[in-house]
This record gives sequence, structure tokens and C-alpha cells, in this order.
Amino acid sequence: MMKKIIYGLLFFFLVGNSIAQQTPAKAQITGFSIEGATAHIGDGTVIKNSLIMFANGTINFIGSAMTKIARQGTVINAKGKHVYPGFIAANATLGLVEIDAVKATDDQDEIGIMNPHIRSLIAYNAESKVVESMRPNGVLMAQITPRGGTISGTSSIVQLDAWNWEDASIHADDAIHMNWPSSFISGKWWLGEDPALKPDAKYADKIGTIKTYFMNAKNYLEGTQTKTHLPYQSTAGLFNGSKKLFLHVNGQKEITDAITISKELGINNLVIVNGAHADKVVSLLVKNNIPVVLDRPHRNPNNEDDSYDATYTIAKTLIDKGVLVSLGMEGQMERMNTRNLPFYAGTFAAFGLDKEVALQLITLNTAKVLGIDAFTGSLAVGKDATLFISQGDALEMRGNILTDAFIQGRKISLETHQTKLWRRYSDKYKTK
Amino acid sequence: MLKELLLTIYKLVLVRFIVTNLNNPYQLMRKLLLFSFFLLTISLHSQDYFPTDSGVKTTENTIIAFTNATIYVTPEKVLKKGTLLIRDGKVMQVGKNINIPKGAKIVDLLGKTVYPSFIDLYSDFGIKKPKSAIRRSRIAQYNASREGYYWNDHIRPDVNPIKDFSFDTKKAKELLNAGFGVVNTHMQDGIIRGNGLLIALNPNASNAYRVLDTKSAQYLSFSKSALSKQAYPSSRMGAMALIRQTYNDATWYAGGNMKNTDLALEALNENKNLTQIFETGNLLDALRADKVGDEFGIQYTIVGSGDEFERINDIKSTNANFIIPINFSKAFDVSNPLLAQQISLRDMRKWNQEPSNLKVLSENGVNFALTARSLKSVKTFHTNLQKAIKYGFNKKKALASLTTIPANIIGNTTIGNLNVGSYANFIVTSGDVFDSKTTIYENWVQGAKNVVNDMTIKDITGNYMLYVNTQNYDLTITGKGSKQTATVKIGDKKVNAKFSFINEWISITLNEDSVYTRILGKVINASNVMEGTAYDTQGNETMWSASKKVKKNIKKKDSKKKKEEEAIVVLPVSYPNIGFGNYTMPKTETILIKNVTVWTSEAAGILNNTDVLLKDGKIAAIGNNLKARRAIEIDGTGKHLTAGIVDEHSHIAASAINEGAQNSSAEVTIEDVVDPNDINIYRNLSGGTTSAQILHGSANPIGGRSAIIKLKWGENAANMIYDDSPKFIKFALGENVKQSRSPNGTRFPQTRMGVEQMFVDYFTRAQEYEVLKKSGKPYRKDDEMETLVEILNGERFISCHSYVQSEINMLMKVAERFNFRINTFTHILEGYKVADKMAKHGVGGSTFSDWWAYKYEVNDAIPFNAAIMHNAGVTVAINSDDREMSRRLNQEAAKTMKYGGMSELEAWKTVTINPAKLLHIDNKVGSIKEGKDADVVLWNQHPMSIYAKVEKTIVDGKVLFDIAEDLKKRTAIKEEKSQLITMMLKEKMKGSKTKTPMKREDRNFHCDTLEALKN
Repeated sequence: MMKKIIYGLLFFFLVGNSIAQQTPAKAQITGFSIEGATAHIGDGTVIKNSLIMFANGTINFIGSAMTKIARQGTVINAKGKHVYPGFIAANATLGLVEIDAVKATDDQDEIGIMNPHIRSLIAYNAESKVVESMRPNGVLMAQITPRGGTISGTSSIVQLDAWNWEDASIHADDAIHMNWPSSFISGKWWLGEDPALKPDAKYADKIGTIKTYFMNAKNYLEGTQTKTHLPYQSTAGLFNGSKKLFLHVNGQKEITDAITISKELGINNLVIVNGAHADKVVSLLVKNNIPVVLDRPHRNPNNEDDSYDATYTIAKTLIDKGVLVSLGMEGQMERMNTRNLPFYAGTFAAFGLDKEVALQLITLNTAKVLGIDAFTGSLAVGKDATLFISQGDALEMRGNILTDAFIQGRKISLETHQTKLWRRYSDKYKTK
Repeated sequence: MLKELLLTIYKLVLVRFIVTNLNNPYQLMRKLLLFSFFLLTISLHSQDYFPTDSGVKTTENTIIAFTNATIYVTPEKVLKKGTLLIRDGKVMQVGKNINIPKGAKIVDLLGKTVYPSFIDLYSDFGIKKPKSAIRRSRIAQYNASREGYYWNDHIRPDVNPIKDFSFDTKKAKELLNAGFGVVNTHMQDGIIRGNGLLIALNPNASNAYRVLDTKSAQYLSFSKSALSKQAYPSSRMGAMALIRQTYNDATWYAGGNMKNTDLALEALNENKNLTQIFETGNLLDALRADKVGDEFGIQYTIVGSGDEFERINDIKSTNANFIIPINFSKAFDVSNPLLAQQISLRDMRKWNQEPSNLKVLSENGVNFALTARSLKSVKTFHTNLQKAIKYGFNKKKALASLTTIPANIIGNTTIGNLNVGSYANFIVTSGDVFDSKTTIYENWVQGAKNVVNDMTIKDITGNYMLYVNTQNYDLTITGKGSKQTATVKIGDKKVNAKFSFINEWISITLNEDSVYTRILGKVINASNVMEGTAYDTQGNETMWSASKKVKKNIKKKDSKKKKEEEAIVVLPVSYPNIGFGNYTMPKTETILIKNVTVWTSEAAGILNNTDVLLKDGKIAAIGNNLKARRAIEIDGTGKHLTAGIVDEHSHIAASAINEGAQNSSAEVTIEDVVDPNDINIYRNLSGGTTSAQILHGSANPIGGRSAIIKLKWGENAANMIYDDSPKFIKFALGENVKQSRSPNGTRFPQTRMGVEQMFVDYFTRAQEYEVLKKSGKPYRKDDEMETLVEILNGERFISCHSYVQSEINMLMKVAERFNFRINTFTHILEGYKVADKMAKHGVGGSTFSDWWAYKYEVNDAIPFNAAIMHNAGVTVAINSDDREMSRRLNQEAAKTMKYGGMSELEAWKTVTINPAKLLHIDNKVGSIKEGKDADVVLWNQHPMSIYAKVEKTIVDGKVLFDIAEDLKKRTAIKEEKSQLITMMLKEKMKGSKTKTPMKREDRNFHCDTLEALKN
């Protein structure tokens, strides 16, 4: 059996993985002018028949195509097409696992319960075949987030066309992620326990453990630090506000506890992730200016009696009440599904959100939540030229057909392992 | 008399024993045991042919006459002031004017009532459930542990519980106190469990007398034996298939066709004519058991679970006798709103509705007996029964369901009634046995008395005015029999008092600030006045008296109570009985959709500004300016109408998905385990899906048969399955079937090489089977082989779970070798690599739009797969294999336009006519064509737009999802939950026990889901 596994792995590394990823594009040399497209800015506005120009990786003009101004570098006629800022996937695990069922390819979950010092960035596989499959759908940046434990570790934000993790990084160590305990617990059915969800008697203890941990960290950081404590050291940013704390939490009670306790501990830069029932604690969120990173709407509602569209309408509910909302990826088959990011946003639009507002959930709002809006997230002068051209509405499956994509001005390949196989086998049948 | 004498002797000798052996406790115990044994053997019922060495031989032949009682000979035949004569443990005579023979002992039962003792047909009395077999190995056990029996350990008709039976005096006492006189006990272990023992609960006799029948019934269930870890069956449908095959084999065995001895089959054949009692855990299982029985001409008596009211018509049409428990659930503690919101409406409703179950069953003419099964304590039997009666269950029926009906079910005429010659099993009560105020005094079993509450103790309960020490007190006596207690008050002030009523003597000690008054006395006339002597602190003796107060406000209170009873609210049952269920089943309507964009999924393509008429459940007309009388007109301007979506690969609406304990499970069928109560049916409708193939999982190369269903929300399981449904079976290849992710896999095959050989082996055997079958020679009917023969003959189609090209090619070659064709490759993620071969073979491909990267064999899965296969001439469908995706397959179809550039029309066909073709239901559904079933979906815009929403989903001309009605249902759920929460809070305030809120388990079935749900 062991032998089989070893051979399997050998096969995978020698053969399966030998088809290298698309070669990353070189730094931008010539300028680009995209003319005639409908520009979806990412802040809720649209410029029809637009002109967008960028050089040296940065957007230096955006306005109407009627503007009388010299076109820079290569001119792309994009009449009838659409331009979007590169989509950003928050709370993703791209590059941390290649194949879900093959343990050897899984680097997303370190052992231990309190792992603030664990950094996702260095395990991010820039050459993952899953990563390259994001780009033809317009997903060009992602927050790479560790999973598991109570404190999972520290995330980083990357762009998705790079030789290695170091090149990929656009914001290293942006946030620490914590899984807030649930006040409910269900029996392990595979051990014959009743699988129904019941109140967890240990909830208070679990919260106590978290409190103690951060109190100790704080004491350590304020003290002389004679002996190095890596985990505590890594939390310094939380207390001085330079790092965000992403609270992965569901439930009215849990969200309230997570926010009030974090604030008590002096951690103020907070983001709620997933946040089931966040709509019931809106005033708390708005008052403290705390954004919510929703999970994918393409999942079943939590309870049997929930309305069928409960996961589709939540974005509108929160936005209408003034919450800053973004969209994350956590869940089943999350890596391969990250390329469906635009369609998740589209689903929110089908159920009440304005299309441009829905677009914000995967562009400017996400950039704001991740703290990268100064240089990306929307089509604006001075920001990175990370954008793409689509034949149609990029939130639509039918319209999301990319002709060109740029990351920091670099014109990237839209080919993948999958497109290669497509061409190869299409050709096979053509010659017959 | 003799008994009393014996008891006195026993007591005397016992005391001597204890005194003389005090210094040696061990010796004492031993002797005591011996002595008890000795006593037992010489007790009243010593067998008359047994030698006697303890004295002269005596024969008991006493007649006892019970006079002046109200006697329920049967629930129908009631005698007022009747007489019951018993002798030798049997009824000698019963009637109104009966001459009492000389020498009879007379018991005057004036004012009392006599009923036949109750019978419980589902009991484990005196039989211990075996402990689980220990199996340290983590490798699955495929073979049976027993030798000389059936190949499956869970078939145990040979189990005769008499050898494990030991009379449980303590439990007997509990049952006697509740009025039971006879129980049918058995070994509650295994799928076929062996015979029952009919036991009279007579602690005064030996087994020689109280075992009334050693083969009173045969018991079955869907649960495996604890005594074996044999893996098969691992699912409900496997258990059903196993029972069927066992019956086949029993017939084969009875014909003398087997070379070996099989004690299990022998026993099964011997027990064939007994009442067959089938234990089930819920309504769906009850219907499933009945279905299996009907196939073999066996009408099971079904042990129900208390939820029969949820689909009473289906229960009724089983024509089965039922044995129904009355274990009502407690209200949830809903005081914490956050916890309360986790409880599903169905669980809350159950609490409210289930007390009405007996009423509903009985009003619908279902024949049923009652059982104390699943009650934590038999003591609650009567309180629950009283509750059911409060909810409208008829008392006469209640009595019948405890006496004559259970007796009839097992064909025994000597119990459950007091006809001449029947066992003298009866209870003596103070009145109506189903009234909470009634006392059960005695429970006689086989003519022997068991005292429950001593009836010689007077009932002195009531309010009295007590006069003592020149002071008036209020004395209130409550309780029953020897447990009567009293409280004493002066005005509103409570007086510390100790009360006892023993041997007719009343004794009260009053303690007023350490001033004690002792009172002793008796009731003097009828029961209204008491008097006697009082002793004060100084030792002075005075007279005291107490007289009963006449209640004046009785009437007022009664009417108040009645009001409370009238206030019982039973919420209406919906179909299914969960949130979003239908209170009335939607009707087939005539619907005219005007001026709509019609996606025909036919050669006609898209028709703009067209009218579509639905009538009698069919698509009646497609055209312009259509008119129809009394049609509901829908303005379709700006909207799109499509055929209902067909999902080739789904696992919703099923209680089990995999029977993976053997490498072939061709004998099982998902049709057996369709679950009509799954909310995903409704949610799929909300996404436009109207038909689905519910496939077996991919745990083994030859999987189980499919259920092809229409998502008729509200209907029962049987009605959801297509009429004349095409026959399908799931096959599977690759990682799952070779147990790649199980560290302990030992089942053949473990490689793709083995998978081929397994198929060849099975099909070869099936060919041989058919040759023998056709030859006219005797053959052993094998459900598995029957299924494979259907495949060989092109009568059953294969939908095969497949990933990589090598195995896809292999299966086509195996099929070709046996002269049939694979119908569908499902998943088929590398179909694009062999699309030309697939087209040539004539197999369809049903694939995911874009899934990959979840396991090694999907490394080369590409979203362009559908387009490439389509271009190569393969019929391509996009499926879900996921209950969430199945509610938005329109979006998945749209992905074929993005990946590979399929045209709009062809893209839409991948979720409508193409899967319908693959499922051989395209003559009925899958496109908008005159004459086809009226299964259509109205969308607010282009159906493949991400912004599209379903406005109406119509199945057979019935609107099963309507976006406006859906909003109303949400409001109704909210209101009903609030109503139930109020009721539950009230219940808690009343002081009733409550239980912690909990959320239902929510399991998502995929191909890989190995374990079946409990139900």
C-alpha cells in the first residue's frame, strides 16, 4: 500500500506536474491605450465609450474616448467590449493545495490551535495549475489565507502572474485569521453520536482561552521580552493597528462576542468573515465600521426553513444597511471554484444588488477590506494597471470571455493547462 | 387461602433463617436463594404430574366470584353489575344473572370496573439485547461469522428467544401496574429476528404456565444484528434487497434445491405462517416495509413510530395492522431566542401534532394496537394515552387497541377478552381506566391477584372542616390509596401537620409553634364525617371531628376546565410536513402563457412573442393569439419560457445513496429509498429543475438501480417516480471503486485492471444465469443476476461514473464484447479525450461544467469537455451531483458558452432535452412541444443569464413553485413558528419538562457519501 502511495506521488511530481505553468509576463515596456470599451470603474460608476491608458504598470489616464488626447503605445480597439479592474478573491487558499484528495499537495492547515505566526505567503505555489486557471475569468489577485485551528495564521495578498511567491506578493502579512468558536456543537455521527446541533456547554471556556491568549500576548509585547515568543511577536500588528484581525465567525451571538471581546483586548482593525446572521447585528457593525467578507452565495441555506434565496439576498440586506461588503472563497472545493468569483457577484446582482455595486464586492470593496485600495481595486489614475478586457458582461458566464488581461501593466497569458488540452484535443478531431 | 398460608409459613421460616445465619451472610444468601426456589416449585401452579416430596399432594380448584362490577367482557360488550367467575386461571362464567357455586370465594366489586388486562405486542420483556460484537480490525468484514446458517449474519429467523428468556419480576411489576397482563417479547436484534414469545405477566407462576406461546409471531426490522460486524447491508435499500433475496432463497431451499443445510432458511420457512411483525423507525420505513411484504404476498404487521398522521392516506392504503407507540416528545425550551431559531419547523410541529396521531389513525379506519415501546418508563403510558384521548382518540378504540386488536393480530382468542374460557387476565379499577383520576387496584393474571393499589383502603380525599381544640381548621386530603396525604390550614395560613391513613385509622400530628396536638380517629359514616380523640401538649384528651365540605364551585371549575380542553390547537399537516410544504396539493390547471419568448429545445429553436397553452397536464398548443376557456392567463411579455430542467445526476430526495458493502449492489434500488420530505426538492424547483435521476453512489463498480423522479413537491415517494420509468443502474470506475482513499481497502478490485475483470465476471455469470433460466430447469432466483440480465438485453441502461480515458474506453469494450451499449458516462471528465470513440459507441456524456482539482483523477478535467464532446457528436448533458448546483443548472449550462463556445441553443439543450434523451424520458419532457408533459419554467429574463430568476415552475400543469407564493410561505413559516414558540413557552411555564433546542442534521449527499442517513 505504502509503495503504491510513493509511486503515485513520484508519478505526480515527475509526470503530472511537469507541464509548467504559463510563463509570467515581463514588466511593461510599451504603453497601452484601450479605446471604446464600457469601463466598469469598480466604485459603482461606468464610463461608456471609454479611454484607458497605462504605462510603467500604472494607469495614467481614464476618461471618455471622445477626449482629444494622444494615445499611448499599443492601441486596443475594444468597441462593444468591457473593461474591469482585476477581480480580487478575499479569504482564498489558492496555491496552498493543488489536489484536495492528495494529502501530499495540501499545505493549508498547520497543526496547533494558536498559530498567528504561521505565514501563508511562503507556501503559496505561484506555479499552481489551479492558480493559472483563475486568469481567464478575470480573477487577478487573491488573499492567500491559512486554514484550521483557532488562530489559523497570517495571510498575504498576491497577484496571480508570478515566477515565485516573492514576486507575487503585493501586500505581505496583511492580516491574522481567527476561527471564532461556535456556541453550538453537533455529535460525531460517524461515532454513533446524535448529529443534531446542540448548544455547546464549553463555549464560554473556549472564549476564555482566546481572551487569555491575547492578554498574555499583550503583556508579553508590553514587557521586556527577554525570551523570544514567535507567536506573540507576530500579533504585535493587531495591537498597533497595522495588521487586521479577520474574524471567521457565524451567528448573532458569536459575532457580537467576537467584536466586543476583540475591542476589549485593544484589537480594533477588524473584519468579519462569512458572518452568517450578520444582518441581525448590523448596527454593531456599522457603529464600529467593521466590514463583512461574505462566503460564496452558491451554497445551501443554513436551515431547512430558510428561504431558498437566503444566501443570495444577504449582500443586498447588508449593503442597504450601510455595511461594507466583500466576497470570500472559504468552503467546499474553494480553490477551483475561486474562478467563479464573478458569477457569485452576479448572483448577488440577480437577487437585488445593482450590477455595479455587485462588482464592487470583488473589486474596490475587497481592496478596501484588504487595505490595498491605495494602489488597486478600481480603474483610477495612479493605481496599478491590473485590469482586463471582456467581450461581454464579466459577471455573466456568457459574457465573461477575456481577450486581454494586465497585471501591473504586464500583458499576461490567458492560456492554461486546460486551454492547452482543449486545443490539443479539438485539433485531434479536426484532422480526422 | 392456600397461598396466604404458604406466605405466612414463608415469612416465619425466613425470619428463622435470617436469625440463625446472621453470622454468615454468604451462607444466608445461598440458603435464601435455595429456599425461594423451593417455594417456587411448590407454589400454586406446580405441574400436576411432577412428584411431590414436600407433603401430601394438593390440588387447587378454587372458584372466585367477582360481583356487582361493571365488566368489559370486550370493548363492545359491557355488563353493568355483572358477575365474573374464574377457576384455574380461566374465565368460568361471566354475565348478569349467574348462580355463584357453593364454596366460591366472593369478591364484591360494587362501584368498580373490570377490564381485560392489556397486551403489548412489541416488547423485549425478559430478554437482554446482545452487546455489540467487538471487531478490532479496521478491515471490513465481508463474510458471515456463523456457519450452517444464511450467508448474511443479520438474517436470524432461527433465533428462538426462549433460551434467553428470564422472567423480570421488577419490569413485570411496572407493566402490571400499568394494566398489562400479556406481552409478546422477542430478541430485538437483526433484520429477521426470529420468533416471539407470548408471556403472561404472572409473577406467581413458573415459566411452565406463563409462557403462553413459544411461536407467537416472527419479527423483522431494517437494523442489523449487534452480534456481527458483517458489513452488508450498509444501507436501508441494502436491507430491503437482502430481505427480498432471503425470501427467494427460502423458496429455493424449501424446494430441496440446496446441497447444504441452512438453519436460518429452515427456520424462516417454519415461521412462514406466523404473524410477521416488522419494526420501523419512521413513516417512510413503514411504507418501505409494506412494499417489500406486498411483493412477496406477505402482509406485515408494522410497528410504527407515531408519525403516521403525516401521510395518513398512505398508511391507510398499506392495509396493514399497526402497532403504535405513544412516546410523545417534550416541548423545546425556547426561552433563549438564539437557540430557538435553530429548531426546524418540522420538529416544532411534531410536538404539537403527534398527540393527535391515534385520533387520526382511528378516524381513518387503520387497525392498530398500542405498545409501550420506546417509553422511558411504563409509568408514562397512561399519561400519554390520556393526552391522546384529550386530543380526540376514542376511549372504546383505546380499549380495543390494548385488548382485542392485539389479540387478533396474533390470532389468539384467549387473551384480551373475558369470554368464557379465556385467561382470567383482568384489571379492577375505580372507574374509567382512561381517566386520570381513576385508580387501578388490581391486575389479575392467569387467575392470580397482583395488587396495584390496595382497594380496601378507603378513598377519603376531599376538603374537610376539622374541629379540634375549640379551633376550626381546613383539612384537605389528596392522593390515592395508601398514598393519601393531607394539608391543614387555618384560613390562608398553613399549619405544620403530619398525616397518615393506615388500616382505616387516621392519624394527624399538628405542630403549631411547637404546640403539638395528636389526633387519632376513624371515618364513621359513609365517608363524610371523621371523629376520634385528640391529645394536646398537656396530655389532655378531647374529642375531635371533621366533616366534608360540599363544593359549591364545582360546576364553575368544570366549565373552566372544559374551556381549557377546547383550547387544544393542532396545527394542520402539510405535504410534506415541513416548512414550505403544501396544505392542499396543487391542482392541474389550464394555463395560457401569452407573448413569451419560448425556448423550445427543439429544431424550432427560440420562438419570440409566442403563446403556450397548458391543459390537462400537457402542453396543448404553441402558437400565436391562442385562446382557452377558463384558463389562467399569464402575461409573458419580456419573459422566457423553457422546458423544466432535467438533472441527469442527482442525490437529493433520498434516504440513502450507497450500498457499498459489496463490489456489486445491482440488487438495490434507490426507488426503495426516495425521501419526499427533502427541502431540496422545493429548492430545486425554485431553480427550474423538474426531473432528476437519483443515482446510487460510486462506492462500488456495479452500483444500485436509479430512481427517475419528477420533483412533485408534496407527493409521496411512489408518486414522484416516473410511471413506466426507464430502468437505469449506476456503474462506477476509478478512484472510488478501488477504495483509493481508504487505508484499509481489501475489497476486490483495488486497481483499474481488476475493475475490468469484475465486469467481465459478472456479465459472464449473468449470461450463464439467463441460459439456465431460459432452459426451463429449476434455477435460484437471484435479484442481482436478474438486473444484469436486463442490462445484457438492453432493457436496463447504465449510467457510469467515469473520469479517465483508459477506463472509459475499457467499459465500452466490455459492453461491446457482450453486445450491448453503455447508455451514459456520467462525470466523464476525460470524455473529450475519447469523444470520437464515444460517438461511435453511441454513448452519451453527462458532465460537470467546470469541476476539477478535487482528486488525482481529475487532473486533466477541463471545462471545455462538454463542447468538445458535443462537437464530436456525443449527446451532452450538464449535471449537478450536488443539491446546491442542481438549483442553478441554467448557470452551469451557460458555462458551455464561455468554455468552448457552444451556441446558446445547444448550451440550453445540455440541461433540458439532452439529459431527457439520456434518461429515455424525452418522449415526455425536456422540450416545449405539443403533447409533452406540461413541465415548464417561466424566467424573468434570458434563462442562462446570471441575473435570471425563476418566477414559476410548473410540473404536469401544476404550479409547484411561484415566486409570489413563496413569499407568502415565508410569512406563514414565521407566523407558525411564533405560534409554536408561544405554545412551548406556555408549556414550560405550566411546569412541564422541556428539552434543549437542537438543529436537524444536515447532510449533503455526493457520489462518495458512504453512510446512509438514519431514516
